[in-house]
Amino acid sequence: MPSPTELEERIATALPGAQVSVEDLTGGGDHFRAEVVSDRFEGLSRIQQHKLVYDVFGTDIGGAIHALSIKTSTPGATP
Amino acid sequence: MTNDEIRSFIENAIKENKVILFMKGIPNQPACGFSARTAGALNALGVQYAALDILPDPRIREELSGLSGWPTIPQLFVDGELVGGSDIVMEMFESGELAELLGAEAPEEPFEPEPQPEPVQRGIGLENRLG
Repeated sequence: MPSPTELEERIATALPGAQVSVEDLTGGGDHFRAEVVSDRFEGLSRIQQHKLVYDVFGTDIGGAIHALSIKTSTPGATP
Repeated sequence: MTNDEIRSFIENAIKENKVILFMKGIPNQPACGFSARTAGALNALGVQYAALDILPDPRIREELSGLSGWPTIPQLFVDGELVGGSDIVMEMFESGELAELLGAEAPEEPFEPEPQPEPVQRGIGLENRLG
């Protein structure tokens, strides 16, 4: 069962320099919410930003990770 | 139905419906909280949209995600383009971008997911052709 820390590490490895915070929404280890701030998102549409995060997990999304809610932003953006 | 037939059905549905939501369940009986919120946002804007339940056959989701490159459900398409899943749709709903994209008036009332207003659902009946 993946842990929030494991998810944070996987995102941080794939997007070096990103600020990542993952919480387990249900405590059940399968519904997560990730907030990711990265300059890699600069100039990308929301869809492209979220895809970058989904791509970190590939087929684990819908598998071991039943649901991953994502919020992305760039360091300069207002929340 | 073969996988290819399902895929071309989905492609046509996206092409033929200006606004189409692929979801778990149907707008007045969503089977997942993310689908419920997304359908609720569209209902709150009072826009007409097609809704397709992906649950009747697992291949619907496989083919849809293969087409869109998006791994999760729901998925909202407008004018043939993937707009996003529930996070993006809710962000856009709250910022007013969704109303703008759909040419709808932003609701004056704060958004309440429950109870939902009358759904403007137009089933396209894929479930009847599977099985």
